[in-house]
Amino acid sequence: MALTSVSIALTGSGGAGVMTAGQILLDAAAKAGYHGLMGRTLGPQIRGGESAALLRLATRSVQSPDDGYDILVAFDWGNIERFRDELPINPGGLIVADPHAGPVPDIMLTSQPHVAAVPFFDLAKKVPGGRVNMVALGLVATLIGLDHEYLMERLAIQLHGKGEAALEASRAALDAGAAAAEGLEHVPRLHAATPPTTERWSITGNDAAGVGAIQGGVRFCAAYPITPATDILEWLAPNLPKVGGSLVQCEDELASINMIIGSSFGGVPSLTATSGPGLALMMESLGLAVASETPVVVVDVQRGGPSTGIPTKSEQVDLNIAVNGLHGDAPHIVTAPLSIADCLFTTQWSVHLAEAMQTCVIVLSDQMLGQSRTIIDKPAELAFVGRRKVAEATNAAEAVPYRRYALTADGVSPMALPGTEGGAYTADGLEHDEFGHPSTQTTHHTDQLEKRRRKIESFDYGDHWALVDGDGDADVAIITWGSTAEVAREAMARAREQGVSVRLIAVRLIDPLPVDQLSYALAGVSRVLVVEQNHEGQFLRHLRARMDLPGRVEALHRPGPLGLRPGEILNRILAR
Amino acid sequence: MDAVVKKPQDYKSDLKPVWCPGCGDYSVLASVTRSLAELDLDPHTVALISGIGCSSRLPAYSTLYGFHAVHGRALPVATGLKLARPDLTVLVAGGDGDGFSIGGNHFVHACRRNVDMTYIVMDNSVYGMTKGQASPTTESTWTGSKLTPEGPGLAPFRPLEMALSAGATFIARAFAGDPLEMTRQICAAIAHPGFSFIHVLSPCVTYRPEQKEWRTLVHAEFTEPETDRKAAFLRLLDDDGFSTGILLKSPSAPFRPTTAASEPISALGRQFAI
Repeated sequence: MALTSVSIALTGSGGAGVMTAGQILLDAAAKAGYHGLMGRTLGPQIRGGESAALLRLATRSVQSPDDGYDILVAFDWGNIERFRDELPINPGGLIVADPHAGPVPDIMLTSQPHVAAVPFFDLAKKVPGGRVNMVALGLVATLIGLDHEYLMERLAIQLHGKGEAALEASRAALDAGAAAAEGLEHVPRLHAATPPTTERWSITGNDAAGVGAIQGGVRFCAAYPITPATDILEWLAPNLPKVGGSLVQCEDELASINMIIGSSFGGVPSLTATSGPGLALMMESLGLAVASETPVVVVDVQRGGPSTGIPTKSEQVDLNIAVNGLHGDAPHIVTAPLSIADCLFTTQWSVHLAEAMQTCVIVLSDQMLGQSRTIIDKPAELAFVGRRKVAEATNAAEAVPYRRYALTADGVSPMALPGTEGGAYTADGLEHDEFGHPSTQTTHHTDQLEKRRRKIESFDYGDHWALVDGDGDADVAIITWGSTAEVAREAMARAREQGVSVRLIAVRLIDPLPVDQLSYALAGVSRVLVVEQNHEGQFLRHLRARMDLPGRVEALHRPGPLGLRPGEILNRILAR
Repeated sequence: MDAVVKKPQDYKSDLKPVWCPGCGDYSVLASVTRSLAELDLDPHTVALISGIGCSSRLPAYSTLYGFHAVHGRALPVATGLKLARPDLTVLVAGGDGDGFSIGGNHFVHACRRNVDMTYIVMDNSVYGMTKGQASPTTESTWTGSKLTPEGPGLAPFRPLEMALSAGATFIARAFAGDPLEMTRQICAAIAHPGFSFIHVLSPCVTYRPEQKEWRTLVHAEFTEPETDRKAAFLRLLDDDGFSTGILLKSPSAPFRPTTAASEPISALGRQFAI
């Protein structure tokens, strides 16, 4: 029976090359016309250790992982107990394992999958220059019905410059895998696809955030490496210079946040990327960005916490600190991308928001979005380019003192960039008057607090605050944010197939929460299900702190490392 | 205003400093403004960045573009500004607590990074703004603070040795009581292509009144700057903390990230096309 969606896990340890094989498979399938995505799960080891490429290929656009895997290819079972929970196998699924690795562990057999033995290492050894991951790639492609020519096309790009022999070795290994696939039963085969006629991209969420940053106008980045955000910084490092920008590596996150405050003070839109521990270190200086009205964007690629937590695994756990972590009354903006591809849109939009409102924006991505790869149509050009309201030069002879923090109707006051005659002022974290002079006066404090609140409350965020989808007459609404949005959307589609209508509100603008729009979007529902991946229900608490939710309110939240699955959400929708 | 001869007064704002009468920092403000006038720099092309502390109040007392940032972070703010806007002259000012304690890590790495800017540290061996606690440069036996009634018990931080070890290419020490020498040093530091560090002995007459004696202790020592680190190290072995002058001025290639716009933004997406 041919399927419209097949999920495949490739697991191995010790540099077996599962990530390489996974990406080639995904990109080759994309070339053949399939959609898909690939997540990564990694252990804590610096090199080697357990790792798995988690693919889903489908005949239609998919942005969420499926509930479980239809095919699991295992080169070995090293440390399988550590990440077995992240590898649910669908009932009737197929495990293909190297028999030299020993019997399939019982913990992998609970869903009663079919099991096939394929000696990957022996097969690879028989091919001069053959690699075990290429044998597996050939096997999987054959099983699902993907023409090997698509693989060869990707391999030719991958192995460019390594000579014809390397390419031939790979082809021979693919053939060995294909031969091993012959005769296997219970094979989940994919429906045929039609090669696309328009340009498609294969991109990770972290790379997409980098593209969004540059398209939004970012030309300076200060970087301190941290898992799982480093990819954004490593993508920006060679690409910023191509557009006249630059990236500098710093001594710590205190330096990185303050360097982008400095560069932005100089008039250059600036961004950094980090994860929970780094964001915690940046908090004091984010308050400085708010008080001094210096636009900056921080992309937080969330990981399991607290403290060092689980650096390589995804969780939606930094909402609390992103919204509430600044001391003082410090209105600012928190956004969250709603899919891997949306990391581009949301980052670009966030640069636009930061520049337009001269404040700090924290973008809550996570490991699942950031380190997963997806196939998308080439994104349309977005209109959002960071444009700051800038003060014009004045002749000093005119002697009109420049008011950097003038109390304007929309709260945004023109910013003089260093070098502008007549605009000199001192940006300050001290409370100040309209001129920027330090002040402890009640009126100055109140005026400036209200100005900083006014600019983010009165801004027109348009329709971008959320993705609202589903049925207008639905009785039940799912409210979610960030990486669980697409999982919830798939759950909604499945509910609809069962005759249950659902409304989905996936919130991109976490703070300031658009309470009026959210209330409007919830009109008529009698049941609200708040979905997120963390232990404490941070988003639910955030919603409740700011508004009354209608009807019966239910929470669906649990920690990682296994991402929320569509089936879990569906079960909650159906459990009345 | 190019044709007009500039005066130190052109660089001073109307704000009245929060400093105590007799504070050494007044002299630093005067020396900075005098240096800028001597160098004939337009005020709007100069940025003065600071952190938190008495001396970090300096920017608001100038007519320059200023940034009064959070405690200890003046150097990264200044670094980001200079890297993004290499056309500006960037000065950084602060105290011993701001620069050597909470900001110590940035001090070390700013010396290493060698971005073209001038860092002036007004050292009075005390936290004045929080009313008199020991700083990294306070003598180990100083018992003047309720926070460390037995004395801090730590060997004082040696700023010049730290700067030299970390790779600074311009190192000097000035005394607030000698603004002419300080002005000479600031002019030389601004002219130096790279990270320049000026350690200013700037007495706190309120919490360390005994520092009035510094006038008798300072001695012009570094009369001719060394150009290599070995000679500079040797000179520091004999330093009693009161030697003044420019210790080191070594060949310097300031750090500048490479930027050369070579592609339209729309071309960046090509790398993702399959």
